[in-house]
Amino acid sequence: MDDLLREFLTETNESLDVVDVELVRFEQDPNNAKILDNIFRLVHTIKGTCGFLGLPRLEALAHAAETLMGKFRDGTAVTGEAVTLILSTIDRIKAILDELEQNQEEPAGEDRDLIDELERLALAAPAPAADPVIAAPPTAPAAAEETSGSLTYQVLERPLRPGEVSLDDLERAFRETPGPKFTAPAEAPSAAKAAAAAAAAGERDDDKTDAKVANQSIRVNVETLEHLMTMVSELVLTRNQLLEIVRRHEDSEFKVPLQRLSNVTAELQEGVMKTRMQPIGNAWQKLPRIVRDLATELNKQIELEMHGADTELDRQVLDLIKDPLTHMVRNSADHGLETPAERRALGKPEKGTIRLSAYHEGGHIIIEIADDGRGLNTEKIKAKALSSGLVNEAQLEKLNEQQIHKFIFAPGFSTASKVTSVSGRGVGMDVVRNNIDQIGGTVDVKSVACAGSSFIIKIPLTLAIVSTLIVEAGGDRFAIPQLSVIELVRAQTNSEHRIERIKDTPVLRLRNKLLPLIRLKSLLKMDENEIVSGDDAENGFIVVTQVGNQTFGIVVDGVFHTEEIVVKPMSTKLRHISMFSGNTILGDGSVIMIIDPNGIARALGTTATAQAQSEENGAVQHHGGADNTTSLLVFRAGSPEPKAVPLSLVTRLEEIDATKIEASNGRRLVQYRGQLMPLVRVNDEVQIRTEGTQPLLVFSDDGRSMGLVVDEIVDIVEDNLNIEVSSETPGVLGSAVVKGHATEIIDMGYFLPIAFEDWLRRKDKAVGSHVSRSLLFVDDSAFFRNMLTPVLKAAGYQVTTVPGAADALEVLKSGRRIDVVVTDIDMPGMNGFDFAQAVQADPATKDLPIIALSALTSPDAIERGRAVGFHDFVAKFDRPGLIAALKEQTALGEAA
Amino acid sequence: METKMVNDNNPSDTLIEYVTVMLGEQLFGLPISRVQDVFMLERLTRVPLSQPEIAGVLNLRGRIVTAIDMRRRLGLPKRDDGKKPMAIGIESKGESYGLLIDTVGEVLKLSDSTREPNPVNLDGRLARVSAGVHRLDGQLLVVLDVDRVLDMGEAIAA
Repeated sequence: MDDLLREFLTETNESLDVVDVELVRFEQDPNNAKILDNIFRLVHTIKGTCGFLGLPRLEALAHAAETLMGKFRDGTAVTGEAVTLILSTIDRIKAILDELEQNQEEPAGEDRDLIDELERLALAAPAPAADPVIAAPPTAPAAAEETSGSLTYQVLERPLRPGEVSLDDLERAFRETPGPKFTAPAEAPSAAKAAAAAAAAGERDDDKTDAKVANQSIRVNVETLEHLMTMVSELVLTRNQLLEIVRRHEDSEFKVPLQRLSNVTAELQEGVMKTRMQPIGNAWQKLPRIVRDLATELNKQIELEMHGADTELDRQVLDLIKDPLTHMVRNSADHGLETPAERRALGKPEKGTIRLSAYHEGGHIIIEIADDGRGLNTEKIKAKALSSGLVNEAQLEKLNEQQIHKFIFAPGFSTASKVTSVSGRGVGMDVVRNNIDQIGGTVDVKSVACAGSSFIIKIPLTLAIVSTLIVEAGGDRFAIPQLSVIELVRAQTNSEHRIERIKDTPVLRLRNKLLPLIRLKSLLKMDENEIVSGDDAENGFIVVTQVGNQTFGIVVDGVFHTEEIVVKPMSTKLRHISMFSGNTILGDGSVIMIIDPNGIARALGTTATAQAQSEENGAVQHHGGADNTTSLLVFRAGSPEPKAVPLSLVTRLEEIDATKIEASNGRRLVQYRGQLMPLVRVNDEVQIRTEGTQPLLVFSDDGRSMGLVVDEIVDIVEDNLNIEVSSETPGVLGSAVVKGHATEIIDMGYFLPIAFEDWLRRKDKAVGSHVSRSLLFVDDSAFFRNMLTPVLKAAGYQVTTVPGAADALEVLKSGRRIDVVVTDIDMPGMNGFDFAQAVQADPATKDLPIIALSALTSPDAIERGRAVGFHDFVAKFDRPGLIAALKEQTALGEAA
Repeated sequence: METKMVNDNNPSDTLIEYVTVMLGEQLFGLPISRVQDVFMLERLTRVPLSQPEIAGVLNLRGRIVTAIDMRRRLGLPKRDDGKKPMAIGIESKGESYGLLIDTVGEVLKLSDSTREPNPVNLDGRLARVSAGVHRLDGQLLVVLDVDRVLDMGEAIAA
């Protein structure tokens, strides 16, 4: 690209950014002549340069905008309309500049629309008192004259900013440029084109990939700076080595000069780092404009406060956080802040505030985006997290508010009920987090309902120098970036922290959480020739590491110290090893590999097996969640092929002493919790053991329990329960793929009546003479559908399940006989209340009993439920309650 | 190499200087134009999970050098005399490598015209990296093609 054109693009883009900000300020403070002068001068400079370079489209636009601003200067009242128009003109100029940058040619086209509007407003503007005749005809020459007049007397009230050209320079440029360019301005771009064509084709590609030329406000080639930085890094390393050597020789004559060299190096390093530093304000520059546009679009009043704009951070980091910041500010404006009416009702000032602040904190930059809006909607997030299968109810209950709020960073998570042009497209905070993760940063959210929310981004100052923890594994040292290290735990055989094992998988109990562990030595395959002794297996230092939302422990043999290192790229021969992100030279001169926590997390993900942990009550709980999955208990019975049953149906896992199994009346029984519990075998191949322990799955309902005899309990896994092949075998629902293995899914409804012949009959008696009544079960959560369907079936109902209210209405309309409906309340799309109303509204179904299932059974909700026509309201986990309610409702239906 | 020979002005008289090295009982020659330096191996850092030929990485005057175990590369048995290996520093595509060898010998000037092609029955692993053989007094010198030595195939996709 032509140097002249490149310069022009860089400068103009920067000037335009300033104009954006200044215009918004000006609109708020229309009497501030200084701001106006500033804007005027910038636009004028752009106009002048465009004319000089022969860019007629840009010149015409800038000119028209300038004319209108000239009116403001003459005292015309500033209207929002006019400012909007000028801003859109600036947008157009930017668009043209973009194309110019890509094609090195001003794109063809007309801007009559904008120019006409600008001229119309300029014309409509009342003449400023004195002489109407002069102002009235807004012909171009007149305006130009007017502006050039003011130009001469222009006095700068501040030093030039980068990207601004002083008028003197511009004048000089005009004078020094040879004549022909003036007379034939169209030559400039074509000259630029020729120059570009002459350059190698490769350069073009460079231009494109090379970020946007216009966005770099450092006038030194960035590559030069990068190179300088590399050289300084080398220097620092060499200095470290020299210092190490001198340390060993007590009275070396090198000591003094080396000290001096050391100081100079430190200063040099600092200096070079500084050249890479840019104020964060550069990334904020566009925000006032964006907020203004949003405010107009959303009909909100928004004030944007910015603190600490001069906080500096690495250019590379800055580039990467620009977009996330913009996104978060948009979010705050759109979701966070209420409309003026809502704010008034809440007793808040009509104008909402978004506060951006940046400051240093211990080697990190903290950026906060806070608003005083409504805060995050915890209930909505909960519902969304449930419906998208990120957690199940049981897990959700244990989470505190802050943990729930963190779900907004999960992929594809958006609670915005309607998609606006501003946000709610489902690509939201997860993208933000990814970007921030990339630079080793973290993002956190704090929210107080009705008082607002704030996002806290923590990012490292620079990417080139990393603080690491030096550890030892298998006799070698490794560096772990400290950013991902949360804490260090020393595990010892007889201490509180001890490495435990679940089926060969090492875990650590840490503050009531189960932390998966991975031994660095084994991960790096450095332990091939040694057998881990029992003692060794329980000891070690555990580096608790966090990557994204995954927390795990890396077990190392020793921990040394922390050291600031300069990351050097690995040899191409080693780059395929995902466990390392690079290597470096330590102060003592040795090379050390830098561990990539992301690589370890990935390796862990593929080796990890689901872990089960028995708690005091004997119930089995599952840790960790996955998308849209069901917890399945995998076991073997009779054959080597795995079998599975939804974990939610299993009350307990037991291992009983085989000698306690008694036989009575041809049936096997065991005394269990003071009752006789019948034992049922999954199939005839299962041998009930006569010695040792016998594993059992215990199912309880209504105070009665049965034990299902199995050979071995294998695992608890999270997987999609998708029965692909149905089965003819009684007791088997069909086969599904569970963790890559074809697995038989056991039908509990078959075994319950075998244990107690009256298990179903008791219910039938209550229900009435109809053996099976048909029930429609509406729930968006696959988990609940899987959990409750067998229960309902066992209670003697023919169950039809649908995932949403719309599907349910379709089933009802199809004319199928449905005796009773059980529905969830919180569902995406149509919720339970609306669904009930829709059912009641249809004469064909208006008497259909509907039972609501809900996580919230507050009196208010129940009252509301009754009002819309729910016949009963049952808590989601209250299985006996649900059966009772069904009994009652269907009996009533019978009577009616 | 064959084509290079033809392109030279006076093929019969082209003298190439070789740095000779010993690996086990065998003498090898590396074109001196490719040799950056020769150094004693100190403090080698193992790289777990790397290809077996890669002995590790080391610091050579502030540069990180990838060390290649030439015995492994050529399929020779491990060295058992307990002496420290030497390394030949080589540069390729902007990266530094160190080829670990037993000992370094003298520099020989040999005419390219006396270089003979590999014997057909040469061990496959040797033949792959050899650019021919020179008959010297009492022994043979196998010329190593540096680029082929470094081309170990990008094992395991990144």
